[in-house]
Amino acid sequence: MHNASPRASAPVAFAAPPGAGPDPVTITAGQFITCTLDAAEYGIDIMAVREIRGWAATTAIPHAPPWIRGVINLRGIIVPILDLRARFGMPLTVPTQMHVVVIIQTGTRTAGLLVDAVSDIVSVAPEEIRPVPEIGASVPERLLCGLVPLERGMVALVSLESLLTFDEEALAASADASALHS
Amino acid sequence: MAKRVMTVDDSRTMREMVTFTLRKAGFDVSEAEDGQQALDVLKTAPVDVLITDLNMPRMDGVTLIRALRGDPKWRSVPILMLTTESDANKKAEGKSAGATGWLVKPFDPQKLIDVVKRVAG
Amino acid sequence: MSFDHLRATYFEECAELLESAYAQLAALAQGREDADTVHALFRAIHSIKGGGGAFGFGRLVGLAHAMETLLDLLRDGTIAFTPELVTLMLRGTDALADLLAAERDGAAAPPGLEAELTEAFLAAAAGTGAPASPAAAPPAAAAACDTGWRLRFRPHPAMFRNANEPLLLVRELRRLGPVTVAADASRLPPLERLEAEDAYIAWTFELTEPAPRDKVEEVFEFVIDDCELEIEPLAAESPVDLVPASPSDIVAPSGERPPPTRPPAEAASPVRAEAAAPSVRVDVSKIDRLVNLVGELVINQAMLLQHASILPADLCPGLINGLETLAQHSRELQEGVMAIRTQPVKSVFARMPRLVRELSAQLGKDVRLVITGEATEIDKTVVEQLADPLTHLLRNALDHGIETPDAREAAGKPRQGTVHLGAEQRSGRIVIELSDDGRGIDRARVLARARERGLVAADAALSEAEIDELIFLPSFSTAATVSAVSGRGVGMDVVRRNIQALGGRITLESRFGQGSRFVLSLPLTLAVLDGLVVAVGSEAYIVPISAIVESLRPHVEDIHAVPGRGNVLALRGAYIPLLPLHARFGVPGAVTDPSCGIVVIVETDHAGRLGLMVDELVGQQQVVVKSIEANYGQIGGVGGATILGDGRVALILDIPGLGAGVPPTTTRTIQPQPALQ
Repeated sequence: MHNASPRASAPVAFAAPPGAGPDPVTITAGQFITCTLDAAEYGIDIMAVREIRGWAATTAIPHAPPWIRGVINLRGIIVPILDLRARFGMPLTVPTQMHVVVIIQTGTRTAGLLVDAVSDIVSVAPEEIRPVPEIGASVPERLLCGLVPLERGMVALVSLESLLTFDEEALAASADASALHS
Repeated sequence: MAKRVMTVDDSRTMREMVTFTLRKAGFDVSEAEDGQQALDVLKTAPVDVLITDLNMPRMDGVTLIRALRGDPKWRSVPILMLTTESDANKKAEGKSAGATGWLVKPFDPQKLIDVVKRVAG
Repeated sequence: MSFDHLRATYFEECAELLESAYAQLAALAQGREDADTVHALFRAIHSIKGGGGAFGFGRLVGLAHAMETLLDLLRDGTIAFTPELVTLMLRGTDALADLLAAERDGAAAPPGLEAELTEAFLAAAAGTGAPASPAAAPPAAAAACDTGWRLRFRPHPAMFRNANEPLLLVRELRRLGPVTVAADASRLPPLERLEAEDAYIAWTFELTEPAPRDKVEEVFEFVIDDCELEIEPLAAESPVDLVPASPSDIVAPSGERPPPTRPPAEAASPVRAEAAAPSVRVDVSKIDRLVNLVGELVINQAMLLQHASILPADLCPGLINGLETLAQHSRELQEGVMAIRTQPVKSVFARMPRLVRELSAQLGKDVRLVITGEATEIDKTVVEQLADPLTHLLRNALDHGIETPDAREAAGKPRQGTVHLGAEQRSGRIVIELSDDGRGIDRARVLARARERGLVAADAALSEAEIDELIFLPSFSTAATVSAVSGRGVGMDVVRRNIQALGGRITLESRFGQGSRFVLSLPLTLAVLDGLVVAVGSEAYIVPISAIVESLRPHVEDIHAVPGRGNVLALRGAYIPLLPLHARFGVPGAVTDPSCGIVVIVETDHAGRLGLMVDELVGQQQVVVKSIEANYGQIGGVGGATILGDGRVALILDIPGLGAGVPPTTTRTIQPQPALQ
């Protein structure tokens, strides 16, 4: 899968680290919205961002993984909300009115990412993007598609395609759970 | 002012093709799906050239040509029929009804433009 | 507009034309032969050919032309339709469909696909003594001469009546080279005897450019039958009695023609109008947008009503009344918009006769397909999704159901088998039936097979209905040998899943030796649903009304625990398994004691009745169904989502899916336990 967002600048292709999936990950340079989760900063391709809205209560989805916070009504479309912190293996976010949801779209899929706040917009040139090291990352490697060293620290670029490919996992989790109940 | 042409055909493909070809050549093209609809539209929106298919539901091309030629306003307006080579009888019928000329389907786009220009002046 | 767009239009139109052709052929096959039917068939083939020629689809045009040649003779009554000719036409139409599909997909159609058929059509046409396909006219000899051409041209009155202008002919000729014009007005009568519609003037044109002769002839293409025209090379000596004239001397008679005295010949007498209501073509995406917008409007209106309900009733009666009228209108608007989305099942039924024809030929069986209720309308999306399951069922019926003619005869049945495909609207749902008079389900074999595969315990005693259910289990196939027709891998489980995905149910009735009947029950539309809003903990769920049998607050003495099987509810002598929704969906804070909540009894397809335990009933309302799969994925027991009046999302229960989550053992009829006596 390739990043679906249209862009003028040239895409930079990386071979994914071994074990992170068979497909090479393509990431395009350009502008990224960054958000801070605890100490780390994450970058979200600005071309995929549809809107940023405040946190609102969600409807729970049965047997979804804990990082799926449920679904909301986005102008008539049912959109799942992912807790980005929990998705990256950290504890669940305790959402308040100060928290924001970044609505992103890749391909035909739309989802919301629950984050603490949006901190910055950074421009990234292709040559600035470093591959994600295989080991030592607490985050499942395939959810990231590049690292960008900045003066103030490092921004990890989020692979939105991978992030939004959660049905198998979710379904598996759902099936396990329903098996327990039945 | 651009010459106005109407294409009458029950086949959407043919209509769009005629329209596509003639619009590119600078004509002002309108469409009708059959003879009856053509007559209805022509009452309020006259044209300089009419191109009609012969086989159509409701009102066929020959009837349309007869109806138009029966009206003084339409005596001198060129009417082209779209025929196929197997339609020899139909062509003769159309001619005797008052068709100015004909064009054999499938037509070459340039030929269509040439023929329309030939009869439209 | 582009060329690709034209191509797309053509293929789209051809799909409609083929559908029309099949419909006319079906009428002809039933002996309904009238002029309109044959004309409509002719037009369909003719239009396919016309467009095909424009795109250079030579093979397609060749076949369509041969069909048209035969149809022309059928149309004017030279020959009469026979069942053989109808069959031939059907095969021709099938081949056209294949050739079109190949062109559309950019794939080469198998060579020789249509050659034999084309021959057959031409032979059928030639057999009548009528001229066979006239070949395209040979190209005119491109003769040229060194010097140019002299043309003597004398128009007949007919030429003017057809709006041909001598002036335009001269202009056209000028495009080939310099032209000198001489008019011969010698036949012009005195003014008082001049007839406006007559032709008196002749011209001689000299084209002093060595243009090809066919180019010159082409200028006079339309008038050649309505004039005297001689064309000769310029070198030849011309008669000398001509007065040279400049082009400005040309008399253009059309300008002076007074109004005609001739009565209009057969003025507009509309040929029998076809009874088709005027229609507009609309892009489906536009309709979907409208459906979504109206859905939003209804939700909005519900929200307004909810907000207004907290106001004292006498505060602003006008507002409340207005909102109620708005609700009424919104509902009507929604129904109207939904109706736009519906379409007759005909479009999918129409594909089936061909399938039956091809399969019967392939399998050596004689099968008659009877179609009823094809005008029944159903949501467009549902219609499209029906093709695969129906095709599968039909294949099965022909492959496994209908016997060979000999076997049928031996069984005392007519040699020809009958398959009936019907649709009808029945209490808010569409019911589609596919029945055959074949051999029916061999339950002993099905059971043996299921045991062999370990799907059923060796000692389990199953009812007939339960055995029939087995064929819907994944990868269950009874065909002793996997045949090319029914294929492998895709089984009835997939058909059931497809139908369930459409919010439908599929059931089977069968009598061994006499045939099988599949009944598909589908919702009229996928977009709205009548639902009961129920509360479980802090969540709200929608139970489709169509599945609800009743709801009740159970008495504590009617609830019995069955070890290992949860609770059952004793109701009028039956025991209904209880499914606590809070446990099924993992909702915290819900009522856990069944006697403190409400039980909604629903009918499932294969698990019988099921009692859903909920906290309370909130209300009944029509809800707009939204996809949860689009952005998330499938959730077991959930069929979709909707947006409630307060803007919150509520999940819609998928009753068959809920039932599927219950192990089959609990779905069987529960035997009364001794402890309950």
